[in-house]
Amino acid sequence: MEITRRRLLVLLPAAAVAWRYVLAGTPEASPNYQLTEHWWGMLIDIPKCIGCGSCVRACSEENDVPEGYYRTWVERYHVADWKIERPEVESPDGGKNGYPPHPDSNGKNFFVPKLCNHCVDSPCTQVCPVGATFISPDGVVLVDKNYCLGCRYCIQACPYGCRFLNPKTQTAEKCSLCYHRITKGLNTACCEVCPTGARQLADLKNPQDPIHEFLKTHTIQVLKPHMATEPKVFYNGMDGSVR
Amino acid sequence: MAFIAFVILRAAVVPRSFGEYGHYRGLAISEIASRPVAFAGHDTCEGCHTDVLDQKKLGKHMVVACEACHGALAKHAEDPGSVPPVKLDTAILCAHCHEANSAKPKGFPQVSTVDHSAGIACNTCHQPHRPKIETGVKK
Repeated sequence: MEITRRRLLVLLPAAAVAWRYVLAGTPEASPNYQLTEHWWGMLIDIPKCIGCGSCVRACSEENDVPEGYYRTWVERYHVADWKIERPEVESPDGGKNGYPPHPDSNGKNFFVPKLCNHCVDSPCTQVCPVGATFISPDGVVLVDKNYCLGCRYCIQACPYGCRFLNPKTQTAEKCSLCYHRITKGLNTACCEVCPTGARQLADLKNPQDPIHEFLKTHTIQVLKPHMATEPKVFYNGMDGSVR
Repeated sequence: MAFIAFVILRAAVVPRSFGEYGHYRGLAISEIASRPVAFAGHDTCEGCHTDVLDQKKLGKHMVVACEACHGALAKHAEDPGSVPPVKLDTAILCAHCHEANSAKPKGFPQVSTVDHSAGIACNTCHQPHRPKIETGVKK
């Protein structure tokens, strides 16, 4: 076959595209892990949280989180009887070292663990100009630190304040739902060490997961539902004052 | 000519696995998943420490994972001989969970450590794996 200039123009782009796919291979998270068989989320059972800070300490150690930054944190709410719309919220050191007793014994006090909500319609992934933050096929919002520019758009976009710029790498960082653990069949570090079961990892695609029964039999809420981000961190027993 | 230059430049600049699953680098998924773990998980601990597991089954700490108190022990699990677990100070550790606080659930066992033990290490009286003090089972 004679290679004319016209044929060369057609063949070269096609060959370039084909070569890319040959080089790409088929990356798989773990040998036995199937990306399409899972859809991860988490259940937070607020009435069980004792504010011990184990989850915060474990997350920091497991994910090498810089000092003073938190991928997950625990807030203490103090709601006085007469001002439910203006609760006092504190989280010294992210609740890492627990909490001293609250000086005001009136009203109600309770703990609320927070983390990335791994939203289905996540604003953070929509604003990333280079595709460095994305939703994996198994429903986890991840950051590709080798591709992140550090522009901070995602940090501004997150309505839950779950992202920060890692001062060492100068890239965006957030909860990965311990992706390196769950793809190996392990629990997340925070759920593993939670002494009361206030945090539970949930695979929403697994019909055997106890989350389905829990969601059916309890009144569940998500944070900031008016943002329409479709969060996958579900809260049980959440007070109306929680923001 | 310009089109060929564009295609060649694009192939050189855009990462190879970009677009494989969506508008991102597909290889990032396996890179993130391949990170090593720090916490071994309670199943790994229970594989060797069956005596402790038997003790825990008899008490309320049955549901508490080993690394909730002992910390990350994946390195210990890989090489138990050379990486011993850290010795714990129960006077501080136990207080993280059991120090009285009005924000804790009402049914959760909590004490004012100052009144309860005056700073004495909790494991002086309580066996941490089976904390309830029963007659004749002290420590």
